[in-house]
Amino acid sequence: MLDMLVSIPGLSLILGALLVPVLPHGARQAYMLALIAVSGYLTFGIETGVHTTARLGGLDLILVRAEAITKPFALVFHLAAALNVVYALHETQKTTATAGLAYAGAAIAALFAGDFLTLFLYWELTAVTSVFLVLAGNRARALSAAMRYLLMQVGSGVILLAGAVMLWRDGTGLSIQAIDALTPAGLCVLLAFGIKAAFPLVNGWLQDAYPEASVTGTVMLSAFTTKLAIYMLALCFAGFTPLIYIGAVMAVLPIFFAALETDLRRVLAYSLNNQLGFMVIGIGIGTQLAINGTVAHAFASTIYQGLLFMALGAVLHRTGTVKANELGGLWKTMPLTAIFCSVGALSIISFPLFSGFVTKSLTLGAVAKEGYFWVWLAMVFATVGAVQHVFIKAVYLPFFGPDRKLKAQEAPLGMLIAMAAAAALCLGLGVYPEPLYALLPYAARYEVWKAGYVLGELQLLTFAGLGFAILSLRGLYPAAIDTSVLNTDWLWRRALPRLTLAHARPVLSLWFVVLGALKRGVLRALKISEETSRESGLVSGVASIGSAAGIFLAMFALMLLLRQVT
Amino acid sequence: MMQHLPILQVLLPLLAAPFAALLRGRELAWGLTFLTTGAAFLISIALFLEQRALGTTLVYELGNWAAPIGIVYVIDAASALVLPVISGIGFIATLAARQLVAAEIDRRDHGLFYAAWLLTIAGMLGQVTTGDAFNIFVFLEISSLSAYALVAMGSGRDRRALPAAFNYLILGTVGATFYVIGIGLLYMLTGTLNLADLAERLPQVEETRAAFTAMAFIALGLFLKMALFPLHFWLVPAYAHAPSAVTALMASTATKVSVYVLIRLIFGVFGIEFPGLVDGVGLLVLTLGIAGAFVGTLAAIVETDLKKLFAQSSIAQLGYMAIGIGAMSATGLAAAFLHLFNHALMKGALFLAIGMIAAQAGRATMGTLQGAGKQIPITMTAILFGGLALIGVPLTAGFISKVYLIRALLEQDFWLLAGLTFVSSALALAYVWKIIEAAWLRPRPEGAPELSETPSQYMPAWIMVIATLGFGIYATPLVDAAFAAAHVFIPATVGAP
Repeated sequence: MLDMLVSIPGLSLILGALLVPVLPHGARQAYMLALIAVSGYLTFGIETGVHTTARLGGLDLILVRAEAITKPFALVFHLAAALNVVYALHETQKTTATAGLAYAGAAIAALFAGDFLTLFLYWELTAVTSVFLVLAGNRARALSAAMRYLLMQVGSGVILLAGAVMLWRDGTGLSIQAIDALTPAGLCVLLAFGIKAAFPLVNGWLQDAYPEASVTGTVMLSAFTTKLAIYMLALCFAGFTPLIYIGAVMAVLPIFFAALETDLRRVLAYSLNNQLGFMVIGIGIGTQLAINGTVAHAFASTIYQGLLFMALGAVLHRTGTVKANELGGLWKTMPLTAIFCSVGALSIISFPLFSGFVTKSLTLGAVAKEGYFWVWLAMVFATVGAVQHVFIKAVYLPFFGPDRKLKAQEAPLGMLIAMAAAAALCLGLGVYPEPLYALLPYAARYEVWKAGYVLGELQLLTFAGLGFAILSLRGLYPAAIDTSVLNTDWLWRRALPRLTLAHARPVLSLWFVVLGALKRGVLRALKISEETSRESGLVSGVASIGSAAGIFLAMFALMLLLRQVT
Repeated sequence: MMQHLPILQVLLPLLAAPFAALLRGRELAWGLTFLTTGAAFLISIALFLEQRALGTTLVYELGNWAAPIGIVYVIDAASALVLPVISGIGFIATLAARQLVAAEIDRRDHGLFYAAWLLTIAGMLGQVTTGDAFNIFVFLEISSLSAYALVAMGSGRDRRALPAAFNYLILGTVGATFYVIGIGLLYMLTGTLNLADLAERLPQVEETRAAFTAMAFIALGLFLKMALFPLHFWLVPAYAHAPSAVTALMASTATKVSVYVLIRLIFGVFGIEFPGLVDGVGLLVLTLGIAGAFVGTLAAIVETDLKKLFAQSSIAQLGYMAIGIGAMSATGLAAAFLHLFNHALMKGALFLAIGMIAAQAGRATMGTLQGAGKQIPITMTAILFGGLALIGVPLTAGFISKVYLIRALLEQDFWLLAGLTFVSSALALAYVWKIIEAAWLRPRPEGAPELSETPSQYMPAWIMVIATLGFGIYATPLVDAAFAAAHVFIPATVGAP
């Protein structure tokens, strides 16, 4: 049992989470940090290759297998898990802590899954554990958002299982490996990963649910699910060209939505989607440089995206709102949070000397090298968009914008420590990226500090800032007002039912006539049979002896007829 | 001693029954039942282990009269797998019955109750062990008649138990009569009642109309006994109004035995080569099975009475077993055996846990459950796990049987059916969620009866929950046993491990 715990990464966190609810505050956090540290230490020692296999009723399962890209993901997941614990130091609610730890454990275990069935198990476990984080948002909106979230997440798992069954049936085997996306099985797996990676049209759950979670819950959510999907896409579909265009759409489209949104955590959810787009582009290109870029970007973005969610979470925690039109001038009361948040924002817009710059440059370089000019342009545009919606809207306006005289105080100590650590990582990796590069799957030397790159990036950012300045001076910049933004999930939730209803109306009216007649008939039949026995009907599972015997005889006649037919 | 185990398996509960009827004190009658079912359980475990170790068929000749003249009891891989299910559930249900029966049955009737209880277990064990077609009918009637009486004993609390029992009596008798007519036709055609002998002689007459008609009579009678949709109308009222202990025992065993007898007769006697079986009866059973899975699940979703809800879910689960049978392959039969075994465990756990609630609150409805997660967390967790197993969530036994069921369907390229099976299992989430929502997400209403739990109340259910989880995590021995059972009827072919 003990060696099982040790040999399967993440399992110690999943099972260890069971103990979390019974521990008192303080001991709980120490226990969780110790557990994550031990798990991280053990996991980091796992070398590439197959380690643990099992047989389950005729199926060969690979419980632990590490690939070249597993180590950086495992490391950043552990880092994120530890940061989350520190960030939630003030939290007394035990559900979030328990679910969060099990969620992190499930995501880590999933990284090491070597076959689709094992993956399915952890895939669903991440869904089931993370939904509690959304539920912890504790508002009526959170409850319904959580149900929609669960539906999408579990649905993704079901599609994954269907794909796995088909792969098994085709004789390809259950092992997770590069698979052909243009087979029914491949499409199923791609769709399952795509849902969790928030591909266009199936991204609605992300912006729907993440902002509804609790302060600490959103931070936890932002780290794992989507990065796990990116990791799996990189394992199975590296070099699948359509992903380049899917990624480009993912990188560009959220910018427009984010521009209209006022809930700042939702703005960040859109920017998360935009960041995932960059990674998907890298996977689609699939060269060594591009995969390195994707992995590095996933690593860095988990940290800086988490930092941004932490900072705005702290704002929500202290002021009770994250509406863009209600916030402003917070740097006076929350100076440290303002600094940390700025570091996160400078990272996400890939300002030189911050972690976004040294990682995004790899993907941009790979795209340029393969000659996808339009995709490259889209990525540049998406970066400019990030300046607008993250830097200006989510950081500049609430902290440095017009003072709204909000009563607030500096974030709690735990939050500050977590944010400081994340900010230090962003800055550290930006200045000295070599340790990160050493972790990457393919060995190479990168010269990101070429004058051309740095200057180009600075020009881009300067002009983006200039554009904002001119627009706001002229009063053309869209004011932060409460609007409801229709995201793509509107298609599923409203448009599809409406559209089908509109076209189906003539058919439906006929149907209602038939149904009405049928209903009257059934009611009559029910009434008649009720006269013979008090309760009746197929649904209640009760029928009079007479009708039951009648059905029985009809079945007998049918059986005898079978001989004539066959 | 060892060689007499097959007869002792049946004889022990059969002979203990009249003594239980004579014992007036309720503790004494229960004690005798407890010891008898415990011994029966040990015997079936011993038989199972012996059969698995030898790998052959154990034949016991009654009175040393060799077959086909005499009656033989046969322990092969299939009966060895089903016997522990019945005796084991019988034993654990007896464990729980002490409190349930004390709460629900009039003191004076306890002796009679346990007599009928032992008789129905003896009858079921007999149906499984015997190798004689008419002997099966005798045991079928022994178990059914005592089951009618047991259901009727619910009338002390719930007068509707009487019409339910009457309904069950009439329909059950119709089923049994059809079975015996079929056996009569077979006897007329072949001149023998021994199952092995029948299987040998039938091929000479299998083209005749009478042989097919005999098969239709037998199959239909057993369809009714196993509550295959749409012949399930006796089941819901009988389960809903019977005493709680009886519901738990019957839901886990009675229909399962009929599934077993159906497999034994259809595959063991008529054989897979029988004309009109694979593409006629097989397709019919598949259709009814999937229809039952949907109707049962949907009806369970709208049901608020918990006993009725899980009775409806039993219709769905029996539908899955029928699908396994209808696939007409070794994997399909193995899936049916697996599901028979696993469903017995999960439904036993569910009905025992619900029975404990019903015994305290008078009724078990969604209303009774509101906020119960705080008052009786351990019992409610057992119900939760049982429900998850019904859906087929991984790490529960339900997952294993669903996997093999879907595999059996895919082996024969029944893609649509596999998809439908998947969808209907997923639908089960709806009624399990209803329970979770009522028990944990709603506050306990004012003035609701206080619920309590003690280890003696929830332990029987938890034994079965633990078994469900155990067989879900470590399934290999069970899967091997199920395939061995399936290969008794359909020899190993490609695709089977």
